[in-house]
Amino acid sequence: MLIHEYQAKAILADHGVPVPAGRAAFTVAEAADAAEHLGGERWAVKAQIHAGGRGKAGGVQLADSLDEVRDKADQLLEHELVTEQTGTKGRTVRRLLVERAYGFTQEFYVAAVVDRHVDSIVFMASSEGGVEIEEVARTQPEKILKTTVDPTVGLQPFQARKLGFGMGMDWDQVKQFTRILTALYRAFVDNDASLVELNPLVLTEGDGLLALDAKFNLEDNGLIRHPQLRELRDPNEEDPKEHEAHAHGLNYIALDGNIGCMVNGAGLAMATMDIIKLSGGEPANFLDVGGGTSVERVTAAFKILLADENVEAILINIFGGIVRCDVIAEGIIAAVQEVRLNVPLVVRLEGTNVEQGRQLLEDSGLDLITARDLADAAEKAVAAGKGTV
Amino acid sequence: MSILVDSDSKVICQGFTGQQGTFHSEQAIAYGTRMVGGVTPGKGGQHHLELPVFDTVSDAVRDTGASVSMQYVPAAMAADAIMEAADAGIELVVTITEGIPVLDMMRVKDYLRDRPTRLIGPNCPGVITPGQSKVGIMPAAIHAPGNIGVVSRSGTLTYEAVYQTTQLGLGQSTCVGIGGDPISGSDFVDILAMFEADPQTEAVVMVGEIGGTAEEEAAEYVRDHMTKPVVGYIAGVTAPPGRRMGHAGAVISGGKGTAEEKFAAMEAAGITIARSPAEIGQRAQDVLK
Repeated sequence: MLIHEYQAKAILADHGVPVPAGRAAFTVAEAADAAEHLGGERWAVKAQIHAGGRGKAGGVQLADSLDEVRDKADQLLEHELVTEQTGTKGRTVRRLLVERAYGFTQEFYVAAVVDRHVDSIVFMASSEGGVEIEEVARTQPEKILKTTVDPTVGLQPFQARKLGFGMGMDWDQVKQFTRILTALYRAFVDNDASLVELNPLVLTEGDGLLALDAKFNLEDNGLIRHPQLRELRDPNEEDPKEHEAHAHGLNYIALDGNIGCMVNGAGLAMATMDIIKLSGGEPANFLDVGGGTSVERVTAAFKILLADENVEAILINIFGGIVRCDVIAEGIIAAVQEVRLNVPLVVRLEGTNVEQGRQLLEDSGLDLITARDLADAAEKAVAAGKGTV
Repeated sequence: MSILVDSDSKVICQGFTGQQGTFHSEQAIAYGTRMVGGVTPGKGGQHHLELPVFDTVSDAVRDTGASVSMQYVPAAMAADAIMEAADAGIELVVTITEGIPVLDMMRVKDYLRDRPTRLIGPNCPGVITPGQSKVGIMPAAIHAPGNIGVVSRSGTLTYEAVYQTTQLGLGQSTCVGIGGDPISGSDFVDILAMFEADPQTEAVVMVGEIGGTAEEEAAEYVRDHMTKPVVGYIAGVTAPPGRRMGHAGAVISGGKGTAEEKFAAMEAAGITIARSPAEIGQRAQDVLK
């Protein structure tokens, strides 16, 4: 799960990572209030969206007076921000972070991530901060330093010192850096993060280290033990259909094609998308209805698929394991009757109680196309999408 | 022969008296799995499905001689359950549970590093040796004894591959779901090595998906160490980057872990590719000729 920069910084600050004095603002008036409350003469007004590349796209503005804070806030709020990570449609800015602006002399990059190669948390650091780390990795890979944390003992101070000295910090800076890394590690573990990134971590003119920007991604499975973090979810940052799907326990990702798919199991759902493509069509979505498929879930899934106006045909591909095909067939029949289907529906059932399931579909009198196997299903769905069936 | 489990394997169930544990233990018993008991803390001394219930895995191992544990323990307690099984000397732990926090699995992997216990999963359909022992949630009817080894990161897609080989009259030696999480107990290489050493297995079907580099590492292993033919399929050619495709491990990040890269690595290693998920069974038949 992604959270906003201001939320990330609040978590980090709680654990002792130094961040700029700042406040979230949802309106222009709140932005000006925030700046006044923070004091100082210069502020950064930062658009809060779940996508990177904000700086380059004009999503981070500096202001030298309260009037200017109001102007910048007005320019950003309720406007679309298009960054290299948002896609061409961009994202509507609904929240701002107003911070005191700080001068700095140097920028570093720091990140911690769960690395599946070594089954551990790995810290990365680079003296080339403030730029895209992928670019540094491509052009100057030797500038990225790494250390792997032993899960039993956690991050050790020597590991932080190694990174700090490795980036050319002096002893005083390394001492600060070690405290910051230790705090970051605690924040990571205590909150079940999957990635934490400080980019840049700057050296201010007063020679203090400060996390100017922060990203804190939460690991979805870890959320079971952090109800307070679940509340940080911002539905405005999610595709409305994906949000709706999530609420029904469905795994849904919108794509650009015209064949809507409903499948049980993530692997089979991806395979179904792929075979649609191989058969000359384009999948409209990824949708895993999960193991405990019920009438309610199938109905919710249908509604989500039909809400996508690009969908010209629907393919249901269910391999019944624990879920019996007759139960699924009943679900499909009930759902089709409820949602009033207006596009062709291709159904492929296989697995437990498949004969009863097929019989139920046949006896229902519903206008649907049955398929005998995976390849047949994809071909029929693609043909139906083109209107040739 | 087979790998991991056979008709002699004594199996217990952790989370035995829960809804999932009960249902799948019943199914396993009906299939012929040699179930010898189960563990639910606080219910030791009772009987469930006509089998003894124990408070701890150690008690269960002592009284039954079980060497395999299948786990249907809720996600928040699952890591603890895996470590308890390892501590009790269980040789094979099969964890079906979905949604275990990654940091828990990180600690579990560390705990298992110097212990002889093998973990399959989590978030997987389990292990089945057709006709002998079913330790998991897979539908029994689609399997048939035979000589194809199946190893896969997914659930229902594994059923699809298994079903195709059954339809063609090939059957399976053992089918292993290694799970769709970023950190799992066993990877493709572990299972491929077992299939290579298993006399019953004549060819292997390997079903991968986007994300990580497990398939690339498996391809290298096949090239350097395997004499038996391997058929490979990767799900997720059409998956967009940066999006988690259901499984926590199935995400293309930083341009890495794409299906095309994985197909290319497999092809370069001499693995026979099934481009379409509908061709997996056919390719397995081809390589046996």
